[in-house]
Amino acid sequence: MSAVLETRKLCKSFGALTVAESIDFRLEAGARHALIGPNGAGKTTLVNMLTGRLAPSSGRILLGGEDITGLRQAARVKRGIGRTFQINTLFRDLTVLDNVALGIAERSGIAARLWRPASSFHAIHDESMALLATLGLADDAASRVFDLPYGKQRLVEIAIALGLKPTVLLLDEPAAGVPSVETGRILEVLDGLPPEIAILIIEHDMDLVFRFARRITVMVQGEVLVEGTPEEIAGDRRVQQVYLGEQHHG
Amino acid sequence: MIRRASYGEPARIGWLEWLPWAAALAVFFALPEYVPLGARILVYILFALSLDLILGYAGIITLGHTAFFGLGAYVAGILGAKLGVTDPLLQMAAAAAAAALLGVATGAVILRTRGLTLLMLTLAITAILLEIANKATALTGGADGLSGISVTPILGQFRFDMFGKTAYLYCLLVLFAGWWIVRRIIYSPFGASLVGIRENVVRMHAIGSPAYARLIAVYTISATIAGCAGALLTQTNQFVGLNVLSFEFAGELLVMLVLGGVGRIYGAFVGPLVYMIAQDQLAKQFPEYWYFGIGLLLVAVVLFARGGLLGIADRVVSKFRGERR
Repeated sequence: MSAVLETRKLCKSFGALTVAESIDFRLEAGARHALIGPNGAGKTTLVNMLTGRLAPSSGRILLGGEDITGLRQAARVKRGIGRTFQINTLFRDLTVLDNVALGIAERSGIAARLWRPASSFHAIHDESMALLATLGLADDAASRVFDLPYGKQRLVEIAIALGLKPTVLLLDEPAAGVPSVETGRILEVLDGLPPEIAILIIEHDMDLVFRFARRITVMVQGEVLVEGTPEEIAGDRRVQQVYLGEQHHG
Repeated sequence: MIRRASYGEPARIGWLEWLPWAAALAVFFALPEYVPLGARILVYILFALSLDLILGYAGIITLGHTAFFGLGAYVAGILGAKLGVTDPLLQMAAAAAAAALLGVATGAVILRTRGLTLLMLTLAITAILLEIANKATALTGGADGLSGISVTPILGQFRFDMFGKTAYLYCLLVLFAGWWIVRRIIYSPFGASLVGIRENVVRMHAIGSPAYARLIAVYTISATIAGCAGALLTQTNQFVGLNVLSFEFAGELLVMLVLGGVGRIYGAFVGPLVYMIAQDQLAKQFPEYWYFGIGLLLVAVVLFARGGLLGIADRVVSKFRGERR
């Protein structure tokens, strides 16, 4: 299998604090890959470097074999890296439809048009509605995001990212803060995502991780501890130690 | 309340939106003694509208918007008084171009910042311009102001008369054009993306939006409109004073917009109208204390009417609708 997204010796430090240490990571085409590890392991840092929110101190990031280390966030989005945020990062006072349409408009290259009314771009509207329908959000299209229950807001996060038609989708704790009765719905949505999208998910909910992922990478203190299939990871003694809190630091 | 960005709702012009224009024409025919004050109000509305575009929609906080208004006013004035360019439309075009240039140049520098830093930088730029206007007395007249500005009839046909009738209609037409442009922009995908930047710039980056370029674009458009408003003031008054670049004037503009309601186009209409009429009346009744009345008005709006006067109107309307349901 070929890697769509790859990092080579990726490092990030803030002064003396090293939050990512020589990370070599590969995300295969169509992957269902989970990134786990205790708090502060550097998972979100890695995602932020992959999306271009954070510049790495050293190392390289390749997308489809092409070096994107120096590219800005917006340029990476155009090349197919989509993401969701651990904490909802939505347009809270706008409608669900507009939340999704703004992204689709950027992707379609019409977002800088400044004369025709936005509502007259029917293709954007229809694509947004179709996308919302696949996530079961069609009835909420005209609601303000702020008024939705939290679980549905998490789905809007995913909807916005999907609207960008990413080839790589980075999901940062999609089920974070969602009451357990609603996580089922999120899993359904994740299971229904197009198989050709390579997905990297950061998640603390192990049930969700082991149901969803076909490969798992475990990070500890800014380093990749181990990578393998869910069975390998579940049986790995070092991983058990990390999660039981037995590891001696340093 | 949902605050625009609509890919869902059509952008048709509602009948209420024609009301200001009908009212403006009614004033022209029915209240000729208010026509000169009316022309000034129209200029301020255009200026406030340009501020609303960046402040209300794009979320650019500025206390230096007078830089563009003042530059436009001085460019038109200097052309008319010193350089013999007396055609009003030419003067306006030059004012617009100068303001646009200043907008794109300063915008490119300061729009990398946000919040208080941005506020300070806008103040600084206006302060620099004020000092230049103050010192370059040969061109600007300095503290005495610039007078002797000649303006020939518009299109060679319509002379600026002493009753201010031509000026009023001219201002009204320019305002109408400005409103039309601002409204088109606000309802466009570009306008929607500005609201996105205002609401959540992190998210805009994550959907691939070049936020910085968009902000420079809208800042330049807004500067251009403000420059036109400045030229209008020069042409109707045939005088430019240093106060067009003053910090007080920038504050006053902001007060007018907040009074009317930020981020709703028509707040820029209602605010200057109420402010200027209140000022006019209070100055007649209490010549020494009129600022006190303005202060009270503002305190009342800030305390009891978030969203300005139009915010109150919204709440009243929705209450009526709610009770009928």
